[in-house]
Amino acid sequence: MANDSTTPQQFTEQASEIKPQMVTVEIEGKPFQVPAGVTLMKAMWYAGKEVLRGAGCLGGFCGACATYYRTKDDPKVKTCLACSMAVEEGMSFSFMPAFPARKAIYNLPELKDPKQDLFELYPEAPLCRNCNACTEACPQKIDVREGVWKAVFGDFKAVSDMFMDCVMCGMCTPVCIADIAPNLVAVYASRAQGVHFTEKPEGLAKRIKKIADGDYQEDWDRVLKLSDEELQNTTASIT
Amino acid sequence: MDITAQQNLVHQTRDERRAIDFPKLSPAERDALIKKYHPDHRGHAYRSIKFGPNAGDSTVMEVATLLEGDSPIPADFNLTPEYSVDVLVVGGGGAGCAAALHAHAAGSNVLLATKLRLGDSNSVMAQGGMQIAVAPDDSPVQHFLDTLKGGHMKNDHDLLKTMVEEGPSIAQWLLELGVLFDRQADGNLHVKKGGGSSKARLLTCSDYTGLEIMRVLKDEVLNQKVPLLEFGAVIELLSDGAGTCTGAVLQDLDNKRHIVVAAKTVILATGGIGRLHIQGFPTSNHYGATGDALVLAYRMGVPLVQIDTFQYHPSGGVYPEQLVGALVTEGIRSEGGHLVNAHGERFVNELDTRDVVSSSIIRECEEGRGVRTASGRVGVWLDTPLLDVEHGPGTLDKHFPAMVRQYERYGVDIRKDPVLIYPTLHYQNGGVKIDVKGETPVGNLFVAGEASGGLHGRNRLMGNSLLDLMVFGKRTGLTAAERAKSLSQGKLTLTHVEQFREEAQRHQVSSELTSPMVLPAYTRHVS
Repeated sequence: MANDSTTPQQFTEQASEIKPQMVTVEIEGKPFQVPAGVTLMKAMWYAGKEVLRGAGCLGGFCGACATYYRTKDDPKVKTCLACSMAVEEGMSFSFMPAFPARKAIYNLPELKDPKQDLFELYPEAPLCRNCNACTEACPQKIDVREGVWKAVFGDFKAVSDMFMDCVMCGMCTPVCIADIAPNLVAVYASRAQGVHFTEKPEGLAKRIKKIADGDYQEDWDRVLKLSDEELQNTTASIT
Repeated sequence: MDITAQQNLVHQTRDERRAIDFPKLSPAERDALIKKYHPDHRGHAYRSIKFGPNAGDSTVMEVATLLEGDSPIPADFNLTPEYSVDVLVVGGGGAGCAAALHAHAAGSNVLLATKLRLGDSNSVMAQGGMQIAVAPDDSPVQHFLDTLKGGHMKNDHDLLKTMVEEGPSIAQWLLELGVLFDRQADGNLHVKKGGGSSKARLLTCSDYTGLEIMRVLKDEVLNQKVPLLEFGAVIELLSDGAGTCTGAVLQDLDNKRHIVVAAKTVILATGGIGRLHIQGFPTSNHYGATGDALVLAYRMGVPLVQIDTFQYHPSGGVYPEQLVGALVTEGIRSEGGHLVNAHGERFVNELDTRDVVSSSIIRECEEGRGVRTASGRVGVWLDTPLLDVEHGPGTLDKHFPAMVRQYERYGVDIRKDPVLIYPTLHYQNGGVKIDVKGETPVGNLFVAGEASGGLHGRNRLMGNSLLDLMVFGKRTGLTAAERAKSLSQGKLTLTHVEQFREEAQRHQVSSELTSPMVLPAYTRHVS
């Protein structure tokens, strides 16, 4: 039963047992004192802000917390995910509001020539002027500009590999002078790669057929009529 | 000793450890370890539920309090519906998207409501993969037995058989939508071995399996123009007054307005409870994991099953501070990464089930063999550089790009140095009682995914959650759509809420708290 000596580590958003060192950061243009080293997201909560838009998985995968930030004395405005970046003295940051990018609507299996159809669905895609702002804006360090060109030239396989890290934060989009939404182009190209240009796995089809044909029925009958104890013994021998 | 000196011990002992084959525990040893160290067995963190369908059953304080909470909806609430649909799907993660897509494809008039954005969920974070028995040496029956063993024989056999048998057709569905699973040279699906499994059975998209699946499902929900309500939280269900579910009350989180939805069927796919921080644990879960479906279904009279058991994932981050509680993928252990204590020793077979591995980490830390950080946290090492030593340089870069990046952001190079980990609250093993169609004992109320219970027994096996979401998302979506065809919309009442309030009064429970929680209260208020 309970072992009272085992007390779990208490969870708090401001975790340190020691009185934290504080730093001053500017959030949405206003300075706040927050504990050094916390994530930008935790700094928001510490500053008393209610977060609705801008918090999602809190683990760096959903792209909800796309953020613009600038470090002290550096004119360069960079991008990050607020859940995955630590504050530092003199930093300024603001969440990126939802950007009204246009997503094309398509029915993938019905497309006859997906590589050509890209130009109907996203006619702006080939208009890239190579400014590279999208690549610089990517918090996942994807070579976005290169990816757009790969899509335009029909190398959907390369696009799907390059954009596997894409969290769909959309920070590549507002910076594009040609109004391309590179992440949406990439989702299209990746899905088309899967639907139209990837081998169908034979083993999977065979397995589905075997299940449908009842090939496992004998095994099921044997296993499902075991008593609890027999089942326990059967599974105990699994390594 | 400082962290660097501690890390050096991991480097020094690496070759020695590689020579040792650490055996898995016998069932008796596992049970003893879990009873002594697993958080599920800390009696002082538990209490019995005072009333409702699970009256007298024991669960953690945090859940019991929410279950006994009051509805935010007053008895005289105006129930004029703003929407009238065949199928209301609540939750925008994997189960919700799968349910909405299937119901929509079956011709239903669907509304998909989610309290954050479409796709903001735990599903998107799943790194380890998805268990499906596709390999030639594997079978659905073997998948069944492995899962049963992992769940301590407490899994619902019917639910489990359904899941493992439908796995391969789910893989097919996802491939048809364009999900790019890793392949072997011959074009077949590549499978990896997961903790607690006897066969290599994990389908993966590098370490972005959940992200890839969710990118595709979200895109498809938008392509199909499934009506969508984001930042719309469900805060109460509606019934016809005779025990059947007929809709829900949502709250628009932007303007706080209430939205009444008349629905012939309702599918709750709201995920788990990590953000309740049960027993003070940090969590790997997303912002909205507050157990809303448990509360709503319970108030309507649906029993919960195995609601006393939770999964503490063995590898939550401990250092750097920004990664506390964040998940470190189990894939590292699948590929041979060692767990190492402060003495430079291994102490468990790293591929044992999650509850065993977590219990053993807690044991090491409680018995003084943990590593302490400057901010007072404690953990054990996960020897990540071992993977590049074992499988060749570049292994981590190739197979674990997400994790390399996760640590790089804070200046930690996992190719060079091991990382500190400690169990993190990860998954609700039990949940709302459902049948093989995902329907609860309350008619026309369905639950899919982590919110449901029974399938995983007392410990979910790695990689079974993504499959659970897809299989029961699909089944609830299809069943609800079919059901709705022959139903007319029932009347909308709050009778079950009135009954619940009366019962609370009879048991002298006057809860100050309203539930569901919807979002955790992290914002600091200075008075």
